[in-house]
Amino acid sequence: MKLPTTSEIIDDIEFLDDWESRYQYIIDLGKALPPLTEQERVPEAKVKGCQSDVWMHAEKAGEQLRFRVDSDAVIVRGLLALVMAAYNEKSPGDILAFDVDQYFLTLDLERHISPTRGNGLRAIVGKIRELAAAA
Amino acid sequence: MSLDVQALRAEFPILSREVHGKPLVYLDNAATTQKPQAVIDALVDFYSTCNSNVHRGAHYLSDEATRRYEHARTVIAEFIHANAREEVIWTSGTTESINIVAKGMAERLQAGDEVVVTEMEHHANLVTWQQACKHAGAVLRVVPILDNGALDEAAFASTVNSATKFVAMPHVSNALGTVNAVQALIQVVRKQAPNALVLIDGAQGIAHGNVDVQALDCDFYAFSGHKLFGPTGVGVLWGRRSVLEDWPVWLTGGEMIATVSYQDATWGALPNRLEAGTPNIAGAIGIAAAVTWFQQLNVADVQAHEQALLQAAVERGATFEGLKLIGNAPNKIGVYSFNLTGAHPADLGFLLDRQGIAIRTGDHCAQPLMDRLGVPGTARASFSIYNTLDEVELLFRGLEKARDMLA
Ligand SMILES: Cc1ncc(COP(=O)(O)O)c(C=O)c1O
Repeated sequence: MKLPTTSEIIDDIEFLDDWESRYQYIIDLGKALPPLTEQERVPEAKVKGCQSDVWMHAEKAGEQLRFRVDSDAVIVRGLLALVMAAYNEKSPGDILAFDVDQYFLTLDLERHISPTRGNGLRAIVGKIRELAAAA
Repeated sequence: MSLDVQALRAEFPILSREVHGKPLVYLDNAATTQKPQAVIDALVDFYSTCNSNVHRGAHYLSDEATRRYEHARTVIAEFIHANAREEVIWTSGTTESINIVAKGMAERLQAGDEVVVTEMEHHANLVTWQQACKHAGAVLRVVPILDNGALDEAAFASTVNSATKFVAMPHVSNALGTVNAVQALIQVVRKQAPNALVLIDGAQGIAHGNVDVQALDCDFYAFSGHKLFGPTGVGVLWGRRSVLEDWPVWLTGGEMIATVSYQDATWGALPNRLEAGTPNIAGAIGIAAAVTWFQQLNVADVQAHEQALLQAAVERGATFEGLKLIGNAPNKIGVYSFNLTGAHPADLGFLLDRQGIAIRTGDHCAQPLMDRLGVPGTARASFSIYNTLDEVELLFRGLEKARDMLA
């Protein structure tokens, strides 16, 4: 499965009306996210502030930033896929301009990005924006 | 006799609420227990009718608040069979209680002394001792567990020796539910290390009844109000009077002094010398209300009910494909820790939550224990007196749905 774009995701999720099918969709996205290798799951790549382990590698690809992320929890992987749709292979300007809170609000998933939630999505987003600001 | 669980549930207002549109199934009791109306009423009553600072005399309300607050100390002393009420020190919880003891020991330990803990410690009873040892150049010895999560008692006996100055161990493991044979283990310490002091981390042990600090023959017993149907932010350090009397003071300030000049101070008597500052007055009254409430229950009924819940979970789980029980020591209370093949505990916790079922997932503040068990974490359902067999079944139905969704 190719990872969808943010607008495809919004269309897909808005079409699903109960929690089970929404989270099934997120789980399936999580399964489709290409995993990191064991060698890439190094402590240096771990993102702090996560309840389940989350790793991220970032590199410059021309004008864009490329990210590869992984987690050992599939729902977190699914949520990471949502974040990747927004940020992966985008220019630093696009990254900084993207309103991620609004995006999660539209998806009715804002509780996952709230600062009190320990699953690290907010930490990942913070890291990505930091890299974009420095790029 | 058996416990009337429906009547009991009716005393806990929170148990009738819904989460995510589903009736709450609260199976996170090892993290914190819910509060009966009697405790909520005691807190409201204190603030509504007699809020005042204690031990400052001079007016009616302060006298009444002091009376209630000191009566609470007596309630706790009787509950745990202390020799004297002055042996009950109010703290903010188990963590602070253990810190008072570990900080004091850090001053007394010499290089080469040994402190003994177990592999099943909560971080509160591990990091404290590890840091005390580092401070003093003492050696931390960690007694292993068996693969079933029981303490290796033979290893315990061979670890405790004349160099042992302190032994700290849990009454009950929060991650595995293992009940340690603390009384017998303390006898081993008394024989093999007569000069050692012993602390029991009672955070999980206290709510299961029958704690008798004199019979146990420990020197310290630490617990939290919030795991005993009481409020958060209050706990107890019980210590043997002869040990507490000259225990290094840890917080200094008001209330704990006898005399003060600009350049010097002397400390007051027990219990105040270890209780600096305005205490958690409402908390103390709340925890006493919780204990009074708990004492109306028949301990044998409480324990039988918890065993029935645990047994039901163990039996149901035994035929649940891919489910691995973590910790099946012969003597356990109602902690059901498990992993499911192919499912991360965080995913299980999340999908159960969506179904109204509250469990805890992760390392349960016991990272080294998870490493020892070779798991990144577990999912943990922990039962209390107000849980029902139906709720155990709902847990497994919820897990079936989670497993199907994750497949
Ligand atoms: C065995 C054990 N020890 C210590 C603690 C710490 O208790 P508190 O956080 O109330 O200080 C806990 C709490 O989870 C526990 O289960």
